[in-house]
Amino acid sequence: MSVMAPTTAHESEAAETHEQRAFGFWLYLMGDAVIFALLFATYVIMVNNTAGGPAGKALFSLPNAAIETALLLVSSTTFGFASLCSKTGNRGAVLAWLLLTFVLGAGFVFLELREFAGLIAQGAGPDRSGFLSAFFTLVGTHGLHVSMGLVWILIMSGQVMLKGLSVPVTSRLFRLGLFWHFLDIAWVGIFSIVYLPGLL
Amino acid sequence: MFGRLTLEALPLYSAIAAGGAAVTIGGALLVAIAITWLGAWRYLWTEWFTSVDHKRIGVMYIVLALIMLLRGFVDAIMMRAQQAMALNSGGYLPPEHFDQIFSSHGTIMIFFMAMPFMTGLINIIVPLQIGTRDVAFPFLNSLSLWLTASGAGLVMVSLVIGKFSTAGWTGYPPYSGAEANPGVGVDYWIWAILISGVGSTLSGINFVVTILKRRAPGMTLMRMTPFTWTALCASVLMAFAFPALTVACGLLALDRLFGMHFFTNAHGGNMMNYPNLFWIWGHPEVYILILPAFGIFSEVVSTFSRKRLFGYESLVYATAAIAILSFTVWLHHFFTMGSSPNVNAFFGITTMIIAVPTGVKVFNWLLTMYRGRIDFHPSMMWTIGFMVTFVIGGMTGVLLAIPSADFLMHNTTFLVAHFHNMIIPGVLFGYLAGYMYWFPKAFGFALDRKWGLASFWCWMIGFYLAFMPLYILGFKGMPRRMEQYNDPSWQPYLMVAASGAALILVGIACMVMQLYVSIRNARKTADRTGDPFDGRTLEWATSSPPPAYNFAVLPEIRDREPLLDMKERGVAYQRPAAYQDIHMPKNSAVGVVMGGLAFVLGFAIIWHIWWLVVACGLAMWIAMIARSSDDDSEFTLLAAEVKQIEDARYRALASQTTSRS
Repeated sequence: MSVMAPTTAHESEAAETHEQRAFGFWLYLMGDAVIFALLFATYVIMVNNTAGGPAGKALFSLPNAAIETALLLVSSTTFGFASLCSKTGNRGAVLAWLLLTFVLGAGFVFLELREFAGLIAQGAGPDRSGFLSAFFTLVGTHGLHVSMGLVWILIMSGQVMLKGLSVPVTSRLFRLGLFWHFLDIAWVGIFSIVYLPGLL
Repeated sequence: MFGRLTLEALPLYSAIAAGGAAVTIGGALLVAIAITWLGAWRYLWTEWFTSVDHKRIGVMYIVLALIMLLRGFVDAIMMRAQQAMALNSGGYLPPEHFDQIFSSHGTIMIFFMAMPFMTGLINIIVPLQIGTRDVAFPFLNSLSLWLTASGAGLVMVSLVIGKFSTAGWTGYPPYSGAEANPGVGVDYWIWAILISGVGSTLSGINFVVTILKRRAPGMTLMRMTPFTWTALCASVLMAFAFPALTVACGLLALDRLFGMHFFTNAHGGNMMNYPNLFWIWGHPEVYILILPAFGIFSEVVSTFSRKRLFGYESLVYATAAIAILSFTVWLHHFFTMGSSPNVNAFFGITTMIIAVPTGVKVFNWLLTMYRGRIDFHPSMMWTIGFMVTFVIGGMTGVLLAIPSADFLMHNTTFLVAHFHNMIIPGVLFGYLAGYMYWFPKAFGFALDRKWGLASFWCWMIGFYLAFMPLYILGFKGMPRRMEQYNDPSWQPYLMVAASGAALILVGIACMVMQLYVSIRNARKTADRTGDPFDGRTLEWATSSPPPAYNFAVLPEIRDREPLLDMKERGVAYQRPAAYQDIHMPKNSAVGVVMGGLAFVLGFAIIWHIWWLVVACGLAMWIAMIARSSDDDSEFTLLAAEVKQIEDARYRALASQTTSRS
């Protein structure tokens, strides 16, 4: 993407359009943050409502949560490299970094699904207690976001391949980046409010 | 194959329910036949349903709102009739049916009458007032409309297939949980609200970006009209409050669908969390609805008093203060929940504080009228009626803000009277004032004054007759939502209330007459200037109805009342030296298709038809991906075409001035 001043009225109009889309996307993310904030609050008030069922200490695994955290944080870094490469117009590098981000994100989702399946198998599913409902919903909502982010990464990889790093494509890539980094922040919250207090 | 949908879903359990279903189907068929007879399907599809033009989307929003106003009013008058006759008897409605009616009345009036009415007015007017060619995200705007419409569609379908919720418009658990309410009613309510709620969130985001990023050159924040300011604050609230509604209803849906325990009685559920989540959205929602109405009153008062708005800046600050404070009062909806006295006192005090900026505004309007040359246009009458009536509602609100007093009035008809006293004059009168004020802008001819005034007086007197008795009944201890009662001293008041509802019915009939008479006389009352009220703000600077691009040349703003400023400098309506090509968004069918899919998706979840849920979900993903990969969503209107349209406008303008003088 060039940083040259827009030359025609139409180009400056297009630049404004993309700036507005970025701003609109920020607003969407803030709305999403409200959803997460309320799910966090709900989790905190329900964390002791185990109804005679298992509590976090018996269910969570620190190594698993730590690996998940590492995968997601590293994937944020790799996405950062994809963004940097898109600025220099290096299409191959962008694709490579996006692919790596996808693999890391998919690994995260895999670990989360394995954790969920394990819990359900030992009778600690979301219908066991208020605590587990809140746990599955908070962590699952985040996981759902990551999964949608993965689909989005695939779509954007396709666009980079077929359309190249055109202005609309890089502008979408920028918003995908906002989304991906936002999910990282939400996960840091989950790790520090759900897993750490549950285990320590 | 069809989940839990069987023939038993048909409303044959009572003659009245079957009648309601028949009216719904008959009305839909009648409209469809009329459109076919007029051969208008293609026109509607290409010019309206797929349109991304903010003015047309706004008109469609308001059409939806007026249809739902009729439906919601039918519910209201049925309740009033039931209560007027149900002393020591069952009246004419069985309890199960009565409960559905008060639930759908509230749901419809808030989500599918007031919300679309407000969004429609903002859509038509705000882009014109800030001097832009369209909203920031025209396609998203169309999507919002169709999501709202599909939510409304679900509520209407519940009349014919299955039942609606009996849990009230707030749907409190545990009564709305799967254990107490296993049928489809609550699910209809949840999914209608979730789907339209997404539309409202997107509208909010769209208008925040539009207002902050797309104002004409020279229009600073403090030169925006009061309506644009209130629309901005309401949009911020929509973007940040509606996610809370999504959470509240989403968690309730998880309880019902997957047996989770967020709000259940047993297994560690916390049902008191629900009112918190619900009202974290619900109280800002009150201000989402009422702030734009305050904006409309400000515009109307200024135009029809021929004066600059008194204390513009204080009004802007009051609006912003209300927007922020609206997030700090939610607990006053459930003082009786059992929070500690300190918590209740905190929320009682914030509630009293939020009344202060609202009071400031009343003085803004009063002092604008003071020594003005007032034209008693119907819009002005709605405004004056609002000021007188709203102040009474405000005082009963401050009374209810005292927790100890609230314990006595909680869940009585006093509360019902109070919030209707806020919402009918505050919200509905405001929107009707806006409807009668801006109608000529949207359609190029004015609404009939006489029928407008008749409608106003019926609504105004009808309102007092219908709701003042409810205050008294509340003091006498009558709980809300009673299907029958055995205290004979209540009945006279309920009869007066029913007569008030009947008078409001006459008021609605006058509105229908007004529309009919105005359309009949449209040729005679056509307005070619685009400025029938000698307006002061930018929306009156363009033609009525405005061209698709609103302004051929974006105006340069120098004052808070740009058009008045241009008139005074003698530069209003001047033909520009040259025109340029204009880039416009292309129409798109994706919005209406997504709305349709969302409707089927909601229906499938309600009836547990899982294969259809998956199919609709996939189809929506594909539609969204296709749309978001499309780089070619604009077309160019050539300067020559713009010139042609503008020349016709200036010819009309010239002929009008000569015929006037």
